[in-house]
Amino acid sequence: MTRVLVIAEHDDAELAPATLNVIGALRALAPQGVDVAVLAAGGESVARSAARIGGVGRVRLLARVENSPCLAAVWASQVAELASEYTHVLAPATTFGKDLIPRAAALRGAGALSDIVAIDGPYRFRRPVYAGNAIVTVEADPERTVFATVRPTAFSAPADEADAPIEALTLDVELPAHTRFVERRGDHRTGPDLQTASTVVVGGRGLGGPAGVALIEGLAARLGAAVGASRAAVDSGWMPNELQVGQTGKIVAPGLYLGIGVSGAIQHLTGIRDAGTIVAINKDAQAPICAAADIVLVADLFTAVPELVDRLDRRGAS
Amino acid sequence: MRRILVGLKRVIDHGVRVHLRPDGSGVVTDGVKMSLNPFCEIALEEALRIREASRADEVVAVSLGPAEVEQQLRQALAMGADRAIRIEAEGALEPLTVARSLLAVAEREQPFLILLGKQAIDSDNNQTGQILAGLWGRPQATFASEIRLGESTVTVAREIDQGIEVLELDLPAVVTADLRLNEPRYVKLPQLLKAKKLPIETLTLTGLGIEPESQFRVIETTPPPSRTAGIRVESVDELVAILDERGLIP
Repeated sequence: MTRVLVIAEHDDAELAPATLNVIGALRALAPQGVDVAVLAAGGESVARSAARIGGVGRVRLLARVENSPCLAAVWASQVAELASEYTHVLAPATTFGKDLIPRAAALRGAGALSDIVAIDGPYRFRRPVYAGNAIVTVEADPERTVFATVRPTAFSAPADEADAPIEALTLDVELPAHTRFVERRGDHRTGPDLQTASTVVVGGRGLGGPAGVALIEGLAARLGAAVGASRAAVDSGWMPNELQVGQTGKIVAPGLYLGIGVSGAIQHLTGIRDAGTIVAINKDAQAPICAAADIVLVADLFTAVPELVDRLDRRGAS
Repeated sequence: MRRILVGLKRVIDHGVRVHLRPDGSGVVTDGVKMSLNPFCEIALEEALRIREASRADEVVAVSLGPAEVEQQLRQALAMGADRAIRIEAEGALEPLTVARSLLAVAEREQPFLILLGKQAIDSDNNQTGQILAGLWGRPQATFASEIRLGESTVTVAREIDQGIEVLELDLPAVVTADLRLNEPRYVKLPQLLKAKKLPIETLTLTGLGIEPESQFRVIETTPPPSRTAGIRVESVDELVAILDERGLIP
């Protein structure tokens, strides 16, 4: 029988939405319910949120002051200890999960699977390789715990609710002191989360600078969309790294993606290929994104974007 | 001797469009241009800069694979690595096997820092550094965009989903390189020619006491779902009309 543990990603106050997608992906493998581990300094509110997600059978709360802020080396020792009770230990394929899961696996002498996009059976998974240009079907050794990260955009979050018990747990595990948190610098921008937004507006090199960035921010605000950036826009210093969309940034799968002045390097297209509708606004008809998009408007973004915002405003007014 | 160990992987060049074998057995590699994995190249560049700033005495490049891997090790020597080690191995290796091998080399070389790329652009695993740090029982900092060395610590800025996170690690430690850590230098032809004559030490997995294992069996390799061909609109009005029809805009 499979026993599935999902490691909750959170900031000690709120559960990260990606955790829900992982639970949604795994519930089919856990008829008796998915266990969710909440490692935190306090974590009661996070545990309560987790207990309400459909498909969750039990929440295990490991409260220790060392657990906040999250350090992979500190969490991995505890996750590895918990893992002995499970056939599957999973986390979202975010920078959090990618940092944590392989280290926890190593502590149990195991390897891990990265970025699962489909589950064909308890030990049969699919995952992208070569920047998403190929998908491999992989069978894991059923004799060992499967450690894996799950791509959140490939699975839906549970729509139903549960009322799972919360169990406070103490593990007698020595935690390493060799890694220390110094600080976190974020943009703290408001608006929808890039990885779960239904509409995403991404700006590229064509933005040319802050004036172009302001244009797409205006468009995103009008659409209720999240703002993203191509690598070129981040490298130029116009937009922060956490907004980068693509193979090495965030993978997005919104219903609508608008690429504004984005050339569409393969590494970027990899990050958007699961979007519902891809729209490209670019003055260069030969840009790679124009071949990949569902709808292409060849136009100067500095006239097309204000015109688009104007049309949307007028619709709203009528 | 203050030594940095850098792990390198030979991969299909990032500019090559990969083609799948029709029988689902993998990607076509015959006659395809091979290169140093870009993230590994960034890791090596960082190690060289640390040595050039006199914070390290020696940079040792290590790779696993058949004899062809020596091309990439020679590139590393041409860039400025002091020594190169190839661990003889055939076929696709899982990150756990690679990490165990690197650990065996680390136990011999006693580096104060191990630098790796955050992931290889072929298997896209993003695991080896984390597994290595776990097996070694030492700190890890993945997705590094800035590295500052202290006497007995290293401070690393990491590119995470929420922004930048800064960690301080006790040495020795494992750090994996992200894109914005640096821009690797160009290698000039005379350096490449000179590197051709330099020795490369060869080790074996057996010699290191490593039994390659396969926990994950690849059943088949298939193309990703394809998208239908797009359309071209001539005006913003036309774009708005289509998005409206599809119910995609407010």
